[in-house]
Amino acid sequence: MRRIDRRRQAERVGLVLTGLLAVLMLAFVVSHWLRAYPVTGWFYDEFLIAGSWMDHYLGTRVFARSFMWQQIATGVFVGIVAPLVGVYIVHREMALIGETLAHTAFAGVVVGFIVIAATGLGGSPLWVALVVGILGALGVQWLTERSRTYGDVPIAIVLSGSFAVGTLLISWGRDRMSIAIDIEQYLWGNVSTIPPEGARLMAALSLLVVAVVAINYKQFLFITFDEQAARVARLDVDAYNTLLVVITAVVVVGSMQIMGVILVAAMLVVPVAAATQIARSFRETLYLSVIFGELSVVGGFAVAIGQGLPAGSSIVVAAIAIYLATIAVSERSTPALSTRS
Amino acid sequence: MEDVTFSYGDTAAVQGITLTVEAGEFLGLVGPNGSGKTTLLHLMLGLHTPDSGSIELFGEPVDTFDDGERIGYVSQHATNRGETMPVTVRESVRMGRFPHVGHGRIGPEDETSVNEALETVGISDLADRQLSQLSGGQRQRAYIARALASEADLLALDEPTVGVDAESRDAFYELLDSLNADGITIILIEHDIGVVTERAERIACLNTELYHHGDTDSFVESDALDAAYGSSSRVLHHSH
Repeated sequence: MRRIDRRRQAERVGLVLTGLLAVLMLAFVVSHWLRAYPVTGWFYDEFLIAGSWMDHYLGTRVFARSFMWQQIATGVFVGIVAPLVGVYIVHREMALIGETLAHTAFAGVVVGFIVIAATGLGGSPLWVALVVGILGALGVQWLTERSRTYGDVPIAIVLSGSFAVGTLLISWGRDRMSIAIDIEQYLWGNVSTIPPEGARLMAALSLLVVAVVAINYKQFLFITFDEQAARVARLDVDAYNTLLVVITAVVVVGSMQIMGVILVAAMLVVPVAAATQIARSFRETLYLSVIFGELSVVGGFAVAIGQGLPAGSSIVVAAIAIYLATIAVSERSTPALSTRS
Repeated sequence: MEDVTFSYGDTAAVQGITLTVEAGEFLGLVGPNGSGKTTLLHLMLGLHTPDSGSIELFGEPVDTFDDGERIGYVSQHATNRGETMPVTVRESVRMGRFPHVGHGRIGPEDETSVNEALETVGISDLADRQLSQLSGGQRQRAYIARALASEADLLALDEPTVGVDAESRDAFYELLDSLNADGITIILIEHDIGVVTERAERIACLNTELYHHGDTDSFVESDALDAAYGSSSRVLHHSH
């Protein structure tokens, strides 16, 4: 009994720390945005001064810089919202959908660059990616409901299809207009400087996603666990399915900046897989997924900054290390669980 | 339901079925494989829309019926994720309260209903276990508890004891009997006709069309069983 209490306490501490970190990062993003005003401007300056002290003690040369914090803030938000949505996606056996929506969003980024180049308007291509990603999500949902094959077939078709369209658009666009930024960076993530607008977008999307999941926690759980019974209970299953896929698209587009198209699905899936390995209830799975997601982000950044490596890949490797550790733990403590498929 | 017909593409699944289930009844649905039992149940619950005919649930057209909490549905256990998802018994039974609370919080009185439901089906001691760690029979009890927690008047069960050992199966049907005695209407699809004739008070026997609908004694005496099953074997014979 005492072991369970201690575990619960550790989870609570983990969640509180995650929450505090998120609030701090949110404060940074907001203070940067409103740095022309007295109070927020003061906070922003103090934040960077604290950063230079961190540099001083850690022997690094990054924390005094604003762009680094934009990247870290984005990462911290990803560490929360990706597993939060992933916990439903994984248990709906839709693990691949993150990968698919990332490819759709990639096509969206390309369209975004073309629109920016063609119209001369400024701004981030992510807004266009967001729209295209959501349309892609609705498209996948529409195809899945009508397809006569297994659910993952339309997902695979949209995955490769949107990547093909994206690649075609790159070639088409390059020949006709000057596209300012290297699109390939979105493939691998770690866009070396996440623009403040990108971090702000991620902050806003994260607040939205957390709110949606908090409000619909029960409904998402019911449709994930037993879709037919949920229908009989007169839940609007199709609407909740669509909402879930749309917020997945939102998370994917926001996360893409730091994780890249190829790696973004890992943050939806790996922390959830680790949590599922050792959790004893669904609620605990959700909490542990978020804690593991955040640990992966913090650990990944530590490695990336310390060794000068790309952040996105470091985060994924850290997440997989946690996953392997949970497998080792669950094998040792409860052998019965290892037979679970 | 009144003269209900439903097809998958060109294949008629149920045809011209008229059927009334009274409150407090224990109806057994029997028929050979592929005879449309599950489809008929889904039609009654509003999971499918009939091609023609009309269906009412608790006196209301099924497509506008929205008292989801009045129906408890236990499907063939392959269709839900109790075996893979890390969900505890208590969490799954709580889902029965979801139609009551909507987006609100699960309150103390909801927890009381959950505890009572767990007690009724006799799995209070398993409440904090994961569904995946339970036996098939215990898991089906958990699904019944979900329906009870929702305060359902109607329990719809689709072959609930597939893969459950004989002893647990008997205990499970004892439970259904006592729930029915408490006034809950039960519609049961069951493969084993012996079980149905022993437990149900009325029987509907179908093979696309309705062959018999009446009390159990008249079903046993009639030749509906042979007719329903026999015609399917003849069809099978012709196709060879």
